[in-house]
Amino acid sequence: MKKRFNPKTSQKIAFTILLLSALVTIIPVVVIIIVVIKNGISAISWEFLTSMPKNGMRAGGIFPAIVGTFYLTIGATIFSLPLGVLAAIYLSEYAKENRFTRILNLGIVNLAGVPSIVYGLFGLSLFVIYMKLGVSILSGCLTLAIMELPSIITATKTALNSVPKQFREVSLSLGATKWQTIRYAVLPYALPGIITGTVLSNARKTGETAPILFTVAAFYLPRLPSSVFDQTMALPYHLYVISTQIPGIEKNITYGTALVLIIFTLSLNLVGIIIRTRLRKQKKW
Amino acid sequence: MNKIGKVKEFFIEKLIVICGSLSIIFVILIFIFLAREGLTFFKYESIKDFIFGRNWYPLSNPARFGVLPLILGSVMVTLGAMAISIPLGVACAFYIAEIVNPKMKDILKTGIELLAAIPSVVIGFVGMVTLVPMVKKIFHLPTGLTALSGSIMLAFMAMPTIVSIAEDAITAVPKRYKEAALALGATHWQAIYKVILVAAAPGIFAAIMLGIGRVIGETMAVMMITGNAAVIPHTLLEPVRTLTATIAAEMGEAIRGSNHYYALYAVGIILFIITFVINFIADIFLHRIKK
Amino acid sequence: MVNNTKITVKNFNAWFDENQVVKSLNMEVFSNEILGIIGPANSGKTTFLRTLNRLNDIEDKFRMDGEIFLDNQNVYKDIDVNLLRKRIGVIFALPISLPMSIYDNISFGPRRHGIKKGLDEIVENSLKSAYLWDEVKDRLNESALNLSGGQQQRLCIARTLAVEPEVILFDEPCSGLDPISTAKVEDAMDKLKQKYTIILVTNNVKQAARVSDRTAFFLMGELVEIDTTEKIFTVPSDKRTENYVSGRFG
Repeated sequence: MKKRFNPKTSQKIAFTILLLSALVTIIPVVVIIIVVIKNGISAISWEFLTSMPKNGMRAGGIFPAIVGTFYLTIGATIFSLPLGVLAAIYLSEYAKENRFTRILNLGIVNLAGVPSIVYGLFGLSLFVIYMKLGVSILSGCLTLAIMELPSIITATKTALNSVPKQFREVSLSLGATKWQTIRYAVLPYALPGIITGTVLSNARKTGETAPILFTVAAFYLPRLPSSVFDQTMALPYHLYVISTQIPGIEKNITYGTALVLIIFTLSLNLVGIIIRTRLRKQKKW
Repeated sequence: MNKIGKVKEFFIEKLIVICGSLSIIFVILIFIFLAREGLTFFKYESIKDFIFGRNWYPLSNPARFGVLPLILGSVMVTLGAMAISIPLGVACAFYIAEIVNPKMKDILKTGIELLAAIPSVVIGFVGMVTLVPMVKKIFHLPTGLTALSGSIMLAFMAMPTIVSIAEDAITAVPKRYKEAALALGATHWQAIYKVILVAAAPGIFAAIMLGIGRVIGETMAVMMITGNAAVIPHTLLEPVRTLTATIAAEMGEAIRGSNHYYALYAVGIILFIITFVINFIADIFLHRIKK
Repeated sequence: MVNNTKITVKNFNAWFDENQVVKSLNMEVFSNEILGIIGPANSGKTTFLRTLNRLNDIEDKFRMDGEIFLDNQNVYKDIDVNLLRKRIGVIFALPISLPMSIYDNISFGPRRHGIKKGLDEIVENSLKSAYLWDEVKDRLNESALNLSGGQQQRLCIARTLAVEPEVILFDEPCSGLDPISTAKVEDAMDKLKQKYTIILVTNNVKQAARVSDRTAFFLMGELVEIDTTEKIFTVPSDKRTENYVSGRFG
């Protein structure tokens, strides 16, 4: 018979390996954040944040990229939030368990799986060219919004499902219609969950570069956009440009830009995570 | 309720139904608009030459649009990434779901969530300045921009997907399976790999599929650290160019309405179909678990 | 006493998926009576109750046939469902206060029916009829979740009264309450029957004996017997009823 480890020993070894795997998984986060902060912090100044880039981006600040990313984040949410919430209301309150619903859910899964660069192609083809919106903030926002839809739908569905079924029964039993029930006895209690879900997923999508490459992002545009039909610089694309296309750029400008981008997405995320943890603890019903 | 209210409610409910169908509408729209541009390409070129062509020289005269090196580039980077992220991700999922104490669990989960939140362009940038020189030095290569560097970075980008979905699958395994194993005298570890791993296998498989989908679709980090040489790769230590990076790098300079432009849309169609199939398979497995 | 029929049930059957939970039920409910429905778990009592105001409609797996009439109108054909639910209110087993103020809880129903004026009065009257007014009149704007279980159940009664129903269904309304709170709810019920028709589903046989005028005994989806409460509890005509009320099973 083959000689084997005693089960207790092999359990010890196995658990140690699992622990190491878990640590290896989150080490990159720590490394990335530390590297970026350490090298980027010296570049951060009021001037860097609020002035226009100069000298072919080799000097000056990143103000238009910050503003552009801010506009894109807000703009995309304006489109994606209402559509996503209504879609989730349909799926969790109205849809019956049948083949059509199954197809809709498959649609969400696939929409979430479409590569971001394909969204870029789609946005270019539909919004920029076919709808003649041009390379513009509007095209960029719409492209991002569609990309955000699946995660908003999923987050909203979860939030709606966590509202007790009894609330709906009480409201219906008082003679309220289905929509009144959703509007007055369900949505108010799902709202915090919907908001956190949206903040979390949109913070993530804001850092995406591929979908804005051909739909909105300007390589070098040292002024603020004047309307939704204007192009704009954006932080992620700007970081890509200065780290790969501008030889001889001072390293701390690149790191500084990366740091601002990380702070932007991570702080939104942290806020979302904190609110979510609070809500989970507070929930009364 | 009065009449106006009824009418209002009628329209709101219609709107809700329409929005509910948006997901599938957009999937179809994406396909239509990719096809609109991409299929034009095949008016001039044969599908066979496109898929099996070994040369991608879009700017030479005559231009050559063979997508094989790009497909192999994507495949190689993906295989490399999966070789790292599958064992690591599944192990991490088991650790989180089965072993860790609640406080550490929160830390790990938050860490993984933050990993998912770091923009891919930042991951690419940090990879460029840290990992790439390291790879160059260790393997004595002319350049560190290789498939290997891409695989390592991508492995971490796939991790959040794999860990969270695998963890769900593990948590969904009924407690009584584990209890039965423990009652029969198995150690916790034996219960994990003999009982829970088997029971959670379909969900873990789905997690892996979705991880693959995530990696194949990743663009920016890959473009920044794989070197972008459109040649058929032989080892992980050569520069490669993926499908996604090709679109991202070339669409800017492709002239609208040119063959090059249409060819990039055709590449987009390939990507769309690959990820569609992967997600479809993953969903079938996830759906089976729910039942 | 003249018995006016309020609700008529004809050949009613109900299923969840393939499980038949109510079998060919025929019965009548009279105006201004308290009808107690007793029976062991899974005897179809609650399903029947929830069909009267069509709350089962929201269950995907629910299926039924047969006819139910409210004042000679078929509840599935002749009456708008929201209006039906306004006319037939229901009090659930566990008091479900919506997480809003007491005032908003009570005015929730009337507001949904488009009433904007006189809400103060409706709130006051409803709370008085449910014997809760004196306990909460000074804190109407506080969260309803701060009330005790018994108070919450009376709040639910008041909330139902606020939409001026004709029939009130009680679905084991005291299952989560202590004896004192239970007595208060039963008291309220007794006074309410002056104005309303009441159907009380209960697992507590003694409660049916205490408050109902007539009692129906359900067993495995069938109506075994319906008669005056006194008869059911003293000289039931069916052996199974006798066994149940004397506590031999269930």
